[in-house]
Amino acid sequence: MATHQIVQLPLVTAPLKARMRRNRLRVLLFLAPGLVGFTVFLIYPLVMTVWLSFTNSNMISQAQFVGLRNYRYLLDGDPLIWHAVRNTAWLVVIMVPAQVLFALGVAMVTARLKAGASLFRTLFYLPALAPPVAATVAFVCMFNPNSGPVNRILGLLGIHGPLWFNSPDWSKPALTLLALWGSGTMMVIFLAALLEVPAELYEAAELDGAGPWHRFRYVTLPTISPVVLFATVTGVIAGLQYFTQAMVASQVANGNIQPAPGYPDGSTLTFPQQLYIAGFNQFHAGYACALAVVLFVVAMAFTVVLLRRASGFDIEESPR
Amino acid sequence: MSDSRTARRTVAASLFAVTALLAAACTTGGAASKADTGADDTTPVTITFWHGLSSPHEIASVDAVLAKFHKKYPYITVKAVAAQTDDKVNQAIRGGTAPDVASSFNAANVGGWCSSGAFQDLTPDIKADHVDLSQIPKAVQSYTAFDGKRCTMPWLADTFGLYYNKKLFAKAGITSPPKTMSELAADAKKLTTFNADGSIKTAGFMPYLGAYEMLTEHLVPSWGGKWLTSDGQSNVGGDPAFAQALTWQKNLVDWFGAKKLVTFKAGMGDEFSAQNAFETGKLAMMVDGEWRNAFIKNDKADIEYGTAAVPAADGKSQLYGAGYVGGNVIGMPRGAKHPGAAWKLIKFLTTDTGALTTLADAIGNVPTTTAALDSPSLGLSKDPNFAPFLEVYKNPLTTTTPASGDGGAYLTNFGHFVEKWQSGGVPDLTAGLTAVDKQNNAALKLGQ
Repeated sequence: MATHQIVQLPLVTAPLKARMRRNRLRVLLFLAPGLVGFTVFLIYPLVMTVWLSFTNSNMISQAQFVGLRNYRYLLDGDPLIWHAVRNTAWLVVIMVPAQVLFALGVAMVTARLKAGASLFRTLFYLPALAPPVAATVAFVCMFNPNSGPVNRILGLLGIHGPLWFNSPDWSKPALTLLALWGSGTMMVIFLAALLEVPAELYEAAELDGAGPWHRFRYVTLPTISPVVLFATVTGVIAGLQYFTQAMVASQVANGNIQPAPGYPDGSTLTFPQQLYIAGFNQFHAGYACALAVVLFVVAMAFTVVLLRRASGFDIEESPR
Repeated sequence: MSDSRTARRTVAASLFAVTALLAAACTTGGAASKADTGADDTTPVTITFWHGLSSPHEIASVDAVLAKFHKKYPYITVKAVAAQTDDKVNQAIRGGTAPDVASSFNAANVGGWCSSGAFQDLTPDIKADHVDLSQIPKAVQSYTAFDGKRCTMPWLADTFGLYYNKKLFAKAGITSPPKTMSELAADAKKLTTFNADGSIKTAGFMPYLGAYEMLTEHLVPSWGGKWLTSDGQSNVGGDPAFAQALTWQKNLVDWFGAKKLVTFKAGMGDEFSAQNAFETGKLAMMVDGEWRNAFIKNDKADIEYGTAAVPAADGKSQLYGAGYVGGNVIGMPRGAKHPGAAWKLIKFLTTDTGALTTLADAIGNVPTTTAALDSPSLGLSKDPNFAPFLEVYKNPLTTTTPASGDGGAYLTNFGHFVEKWQSGGVPDLTAGLTAVDKQNNAALKLGQ
């Protein structure tokens, strides 16, 4: 054993070290593009955002350190931030699960179709190709309580349609309908996962007497769980960053040329919108950075919690 | 062990170098400098001018005025870039690539631009060239400067008045436009018709704030309301005009029914389209800017209409004829490469009578100096539907929303408050307005 001790190592260290250094440099060289991109587009903005959140930056003149003032204003001073928090929370808790369930449901139906499957898959996917702004404008017009076709059809059925995007109670459900309509991308991902589930598993389950629910619960769901997790995590992050559709819908529904964030009655004001208004309309970039830091922390927390919870949702550990 | 430390050091050093380079690259560029031409320097120079006008006839009008400028200063060539937004201007200032001259539709940004130094203080140039600012009304001066810094000049203005449908007036037996808010409410009720299901068919007036130009800022001058105190603090709770205006407005909303108004509002048609409810005859009276005259003409709207000043509050007849004024601003961003020539262009566009009347006539806005208003070459003054707007501009009691350092956050906060108010969500108006003052003042402090 003693002869195996590397007593001669110091003798070969010098050339080995040089080679190792060259190797390391080579590795660094190959890593450089990635490292530069990572630093430029992630680390630097992140560090700067955290720093600016402690300043009175307006992104034009020299920023001064103001301690926790922006965070205090967030908790105690901003009259609109809790509207924004509540609305964003609503979207994450209601809209995102609705979107996941709807996309999964549509994918399951189209996966089973024997005839016209391609046609239906295309039809359900098509809305995802519509630019969000155009889709939102079209949706607000369709749901116009005065002249839109939706309320007209509801009227024919004897139902007095709501004010949709013009009502604080209905604006978020209307945005949810828009999200469901445009969930084609999620549907396609689910569809791909569903088509990958081995048919023999279903056959075995059927032989064991499993009904449709049990086949879904014990065969389909465990197999596609990584995809469900992916859809949920990305959906939650998208929900936390929900901006364009809410911004456009409020302006179009208000009918005014000026942006009307939150119309009606603050019901569509989301956290990222409030961040944008603070940073770009009100010259409070420091405060906007504080909001961005909070958003980042919340998104991270959601992701970590979802990933941890998902360990019991994995195919290997799932009950059979 | 030491090798891995070396590797970590190498990585850390690389990251630090990249970060340092980026930090240097991302600091706000373009320090204020006035290094180029003096007043008598006639070295040929090309300057860049960003403006927000975008329709072909507006761009052509600006180009025609710039041709006049070039004729006056042949050594200065202006490269005009149309359809620019404030976001782009701000980004260019941050990146050190700002144009020499920039204009904006949004005077709410003036406070932020002046206090941050994003736009240069024009006071030294104004003094050096003895520009007489008294030819610009006080209210207009107040939204183009902030905290003692005149970083922009007014470049045409918008005033607000009452548009009324003469045919519907005659049908309802109304012979003249209302002069008081009580008369306006009474006329609105007379002019309103309902469908069989109770929904509004024709609205005499749209009292719902946020519908088109029916905004508190356009309404409260009739009560003489002042948004900010002389030391820049929020005044909506302290000035009784706001509570009075909102009470009048809510009474009219309640007469219609808020839900009915919201449904009607949703079908009013886009504000800047031929489907505008006033242009289609669905709205008998509305508060709007002087520009509506040009839109009615361009849209070939089949409507016989008249204009007047917005009615004054009852008991405040001295305010009849005054109103709200706002408008475009123009200035020299930090980092302008040719400040001497840039100032000449700003001065020409904002004080030359010929330049102002030509552009005002072409795009249908109010010219900003008294000389241009009184100029016989101003075609708009001969239009009886435009004349009331010129009078509003001249009226010394006309008010505005003054510049604030936070881009007019006080208006945003107030806008959210009135939405709650008009839908019945504010039980105590006085307490609510006091709370808005507190919120506004907290927002004002944030940028300091």
